[in-house]
Amino acid sequence: MTYVKPISTLWWLRRPSYFLFALRELSSVFVAWFVVYLLMLVSAISAGPEAYHRFLDWSTGRVLVLNVVALLFVLLHAVTWFNLAPRAMVVPHVPPVVVLVLHYLLWLGLSAALAWVVLR
Amino acid sequence: MADTITMQVARYRPGQEAEPVFQSYDVPLRKEWAVLDGLNHIKDHVDGTLSYRWSCRMGICGSCGMTVNGSPVLSCATFLTDYAPGPVRVEPLRNFPVVRDLVVDIGDFMAKLPSVKPWLIRDDEPPEGEYLQTPDELDDYKKFSMCINCMLCYSACPVYALDPAFVGPAAIALAQRYNLDSRDEGAADRRDVLSSAEGVWACTFVGECSTACPKGVDPAGAIQRYKLTAATHALKDFLLPRGAR
Ligand code: SF4
Ligand code: FES
Repeated sequence: MTYVKPISTLWWLRRPSYFLFALRELSSVFVAWFVVYLLMLVSAISAGPEAYHRFLDWSTGRVLVLNVVALLFVLLHAVTWFNLAPRAMVVPHVPPVVVLVLHYLLWLGLSAALAWVVLR
Repeated sequence: MADTITMQVARYRPGQEAEPVFQSYDVPLRKEWAVLDGLNHIKDHVDGTLSYRWSCRMGICGSCGMTVNGSPVLSCATFLTDYAPGPVRVEPLRNFPVVRDLVVDIGDFMAKLPSVKPWLIRDDEPPEGEYLQTPDELDDYKKFSMCINCMLCYSACPVYALDPAFVGPAAIALAQRYNLDSRDEGAADRRDVLSSAEGVWACTFVGECSTACPKGVDPAGAIQRYKLTAATHALKDFLLPRGAR
C-alpha cells in the first residue's frame, strides 16, 4: 500500500526553472501566430495595394501589442534554444562556447541578410 | 550558533495514515552533521520506527536521496548547518510511490533500465585479455559512467511527474554511456527505445535533472545530444537508399 503524491495544478510555479519551462512551452503558440501573420501579410500583398494598406492599418493598436508580446516570446524561444546547442552538439576538440558563438553569428548573419532584402 | 535544529520529517505508516504527516524532532546541530546524521540520531535515540534508506554515507551508494526543503538531494551530502536556524523539512523523493516514511519504490526505474541495454554489446567474440581504449576515448563517456542511480534526476523532472512512461534522465544517460564507448557496438540496438516518444523526445529540456545530479552526469546534456543523433538518423533513413545507411 504505497502513497502517491498528487501533482498540484500550480507545480510550474514551484521553481523558477519550471516557470521558465512553462513560458517556453507557451512560446510555441506565439511562434504559430507569427506564421499565421506572415501568411496573412503575403495574401494581402498578393491581393493588391488596397488590401495591403488595409492590412497595414489593421496591424496597429491591439495587433501591434500582440506582435510585440509575440516577439518577446519568440526571442525567449530562440535564445533558450541556442543556449542548448552546445550541449546537443558536442564537437571533438571544439570548446562549447565556440559552438554557441557560431550559432549566434549565423543567426545574426541570416537576420542581416533578410533585413537587407526587405529594407533595401 | 544554536545547538539544536528542528527537523520536520514526513511520516507515512501504511494502515495508520492515509497520507504523510509531518513530525518534528529537535536534533543537535553540529558542524559536521549531514541531514542523514540528524535522521540517524532520531532513529537511534528518539524514535526507532522512522524508516529511510542509506548505506555508504559518502555519496557513493545512491540510496539516501530525499527531498530537503523542497529540493532533491543526497541526505548524506547535505549539511544541517546550511539550513540553520531551521526548520529542515525532510520528505521522500518526489515522483515515486512512498512505501513508508522516507522510503520510495524505484521499481519503475529498475524496470526501464534494462530496456536501454546498459552493457557492452559486441558482435565478435571477446578478445584474449581486455579491450583497449585510449584516455581520449574514455573521456567521451566518462561523465555518464559516474551515475550512482540515486534517482534525484527523476525526482526533479516535471516531465516524468506528468508522463510516467518517460524512460527518464538517468536511463538515457546510461544508454549514452555505452553508445559513446569506443568498445561498444550496440547503438543500433538501443535506438528504438531511445528515439521513441517515451524516449528522448518526451524531454522538453527543463534542465532540472542536471542541476539536481550530485555526480555531474549532466543527463539533460546526454538527452539533447541523443536528440541530434536520432534526428540525423531519421534524416538518413529518409534520404538514403537502404544499403548506404
Ligand atoms: S544521473 Fe545523476 S541524479 Fe540521476 S540517478 Fe545518476 S547520479 Fe543520480
Ligand atoms: S548514504 Fe550512500 S549516497 Fe548517501
